[in-house]
Amino acid sequence: MSMSVENARMELDLIDESRRRFLVAGSGIAGSFVLGLPAITFSNRAIAQDLHGERQIGFFIEIIGDGSVIIGSNQPEIGQGVRTALPMLVAEELDVEWSKVSVRQMPLGIVKTADGYDWKYGGQGVGGSTGLTENWDFMREVGATARQQLIRAAAARLNVSPASCSTKPGYVVCDSPAGAISYGELIADAAKLEMPTESPPLKDMRDYRIVGKRQNALDVIDIITGKAKYGIDTREADMRFAVIARSPYLNGRVRSFEDTEARKVGGVLDVFKIDGPEAGEPYLILASGVAVVATSTWAAIKGREALQIDWDAGPNAKDNTDTFWQQNHEMLKTKGQVVVDDGQLEQAMSEADKVIKRQYQVPFVSHQPLEPQNCYAHVMEDRCHIIAPTQMPSGASRAAAAVTGLPRENIRVEMTRVGGGFGRRLTNDYVAEAAMISMKTGSPIKLQWTREDDVRHDFYRPAGLHEMGAGLDGDGKVIAWTQRLASASKYYRRPNMPDEDLWGAELYDDDFPRRMVDNFRLEYFHNPIGVPRGSWRAPAHTANAFVIQSFLDEIAFETGQDPLQLRLDMLGDKRELEYGNHGGPTFNPGRLSRLIGFVAERIDYSKKRPDGHGVGLATHFTFGGYAAHGVEVTVRPQGQLIIERIVAAIDCGFAVNPQAVEAQLQGGTIDGISTALGLEITVKDGQVQQSNFHDYPLLRIAAVPSLFEAHILPYDDTPTGVGEIGIPPAAPALTNAIFAATGIRLRRLPIGDQLQKAMSG
Amino acid sequence: MISFQVNSKPVSFEGDRETPLLWVLRDHLQLTGSKYGCGIGQCGACTVHIDGGAQRSCVTPVSDIEGRSITTIEGLAADGELHPVQQAWLEIDVPQCGYCQAGQIMATADFLKKNPAPSDQDIDNGISNICRCGTYVRIRKAIHRAAELAGEEK
Repeated sequence: MSMSVENARMELDLIDESRRRFLVAGSGIAGSFVLGLPAITFSNRAIAQDLHGERQIGFFIEIIGDGSVIIGSNQPEIGQGVRTALPMLVAEELDVEWSKVSVRQMPLGIVKTADGYDWKYGGQGVGGSTGLTENWDFMREVGATARQQLIRAAAARLNVSPASCSTKPGYVVCDSPAGAISYGELIADAAKLEMPTESPPLKDMRDYRIVGKRQNALDVIDIITGKAKYGIDTREADMRFAVIARSPYLNGRVRSFEDTEARKVGGVLDVFKIDGPEAGEPYLILASGVAVVATSTWAAIKGREALQIDWDAGPNAKDNTDTFWQQNHEMLKTKGQVVVDDGQLEQAMSEADKVIKRQYQVPFVSHQPLEPQNCYAHVMEDRCHIIAPTQMPSGASRAAAAVTGLPRENIRVEMTRVGGGFGRRLTNDYVAEAAMISMKTGSPIKLQWTREDDVRHDFYRPAGLHEMGAGLDGDGKVIAWTQRLASASKYYRRPNMPDEDLWGAELYDDDFPRRMVDNFRLEYFHNPIGVPRGSWRAPAHTANAFVIQSFLDEIAFETGQDPLQLRLDMLGDKRELEYGNHGGPTFNPGRLSRLIGFVAERIDYSKKRPDGHGVGLATHFTFGGYAAHGVEVTVRPQGQLIIERIVAAIDCGFAVNPQAVEAQLQGGTIDGISTALGLEITVKDGQVQQSNFHDYPLLRIAAVPSLFEAHILPYDDTPTGVGEIGIPPAAPALTNAIFAATGIRLRRLPIGDQLQKAMSG
Repeated sequence: MISFQVNSKPVSFEGDRETPLLWVLRDHLQLTGSKYGCGIGQCGACTVHIDGGAQRSCVTPVSDIEGRSITTIEGLAADGELHPVQQAWLEIDVPQCGYCQAGQIMATADFLKKNPAPSDQDIDNGISNICRCGTYVRIRKAIHRAAELAGEEK
């Protein structure tokens, strides 16, 4: 049985697929339909019967007598602000005061159908920066439909035509002496009305009062008073606490274990083996191990410390990242799989006035959301209850179903607020583990990972060695371009995945500068290693933006061109190019030109700076959104790096909540810088060598400059996602700035102590 | 048995004396606002006040706090009035995932007692809590704002 990283992508596909079916099934009219009262219409009427509370319209909206509105949020909140942004869309169309709105987290909703399962509340799951874009029409229609129902209820009561009625925030106003009637007074009538079969018109965006304006996150008050509940805060009746001692060896197994001492620890209730998957096979959980169940988290941890386990180091016992890098270098000396080959590369290179080649190295890195993995599971004879911090609740449902053999409609999955995702919680391995433990003990349990567990048992961002090549004509114009990559593909143990498709997770074949350079080739080499890989925020864009944006600066330097002008020349003006990867169907390089020009001006790029001071720029298109960074640094003579200033800019089309977009841009930038500065996962003798924040040093406030600007440059009326867009250009802008300051080109991440070494030597 | 005060209420704990205060708060007293992040005093998500001073509760054995007075995020607001640091956090809309923020707020509340009008440099030296979402730009702004608010209250 397989789950997760593999399936995460499939789940995203499923969301797309399901959404398409919604639209097809429901519409016929102008393409858009009433997803509104959700799902009612697309699946079966039986659900519609049981969904109506007396003060509820559809699944998402409840109105209390005093006019306050509770809006359901169907998506997991991982810090991206979707719990605020989606209710904003509903509230705008419903026409209520934003101050009257509170939000309620909805559980996973799936409905059994003749040929599988369908979504009850619309597709649920957050990954690929799609949480907002996938629900942009849907949630507005939810609000607009409910507003229509309230209008119909008022019209019926006053015996006037609905067409003669309108709304003002919280009230229906009809052409009648009765004046305005509050939603609170109308909700009971509105809740009884038959659902309309057509989608109501949506508001003109120029009339927006809530959407497009800066709004505070709805949950801040709970967060700052300690009331917000995360997965780790779950406490249910009779709940026990569990931890697992997992194999420190990649694909290692438990040969035997001695638990006498562990069982003597006060509070320890049970100790047993957990079997992991066979090496290389699709997986449900990642590691073999020994579970300890206790009456408290600390007792479970102490019990685990007292275990003596004899590990079979398994087939990856000799895996080393040092060897992996040597192999990558060797691979690049051979011929790989050519995955894109536009024009006549060899000929263009041979005719070029100048050919430049460089290699760049991007390491494995770990997600490290600050809330370590955890999951509550209660497996009963005929049903199962899961409470999990997850990005993919339906993956959680599948994981629990696979473990327990229960039908998915008997598995209740609730979502908590999530203490960070970054892609880690696309995979529900910890849910499967929790279900295994609860099934074995027959009790409700909460599985808790420690930080060490989280660092050592992740699905890491793939590492790769990139060889870039460019051919230039006599005017310094790039006429040929190659990227040759040797990496461990993110498609890790994915079922039915042919080797020849592994490149697709590592090289996005429509990315810049394809179609801007006539002779263009991408070549891939897969280097298998036992290190688990998965989606790490903005996946391969983080590596490719670093490589491409560094290489552009190198080309400019070698040919005496201005790095900004070289980019502007290559990107050109606004035009839509075909883009088949996630974030398509088109890519407009002119939008990058606008952004990089903007940040260059803000940071005074053209100003001459003294030795030891420099500015770097970079720009990248990620998942439909556009970003650029300017970074200014000082490098002291002994190699001490000080980031003086950061200017970041994003073009996400239309910003639904500018405040949250700004937060994502700041946070993404800091994530990019943090990772570039000091983060790397290495493996020696089949074991991950890092374990906690002392050797996996996430950035702290001291490294973040006080001069930090985050700009939103509006473009059109269509929002793109923002969660991943702000990361990719940050790292190359930083290393480009370091080069400008010192003449030292850093081609290997993380930066670590490379500057100190280079400058002291 | 170890007796101490949490948020002005007397409590006692019978169990392993080595148990970190964090787990006593979370599992035994069900005060889950203080968060587990690393267990080694690195990230600060577990920060509480012990006799008024910020401490990382994940590396504080409960045996060390006999007779002492603990304030957690749940007890920071006095008489229903948000602490100036909480007010500033609300105003600046600091949190993203929010998981580290209780610790950030507790650390800041103590920091401002010693540095009522901190410079950026003071903040860099005095605040070392980790925020994985990277809310540092707003944390810095909120610390300055909290200093202002606390100054106004005096």
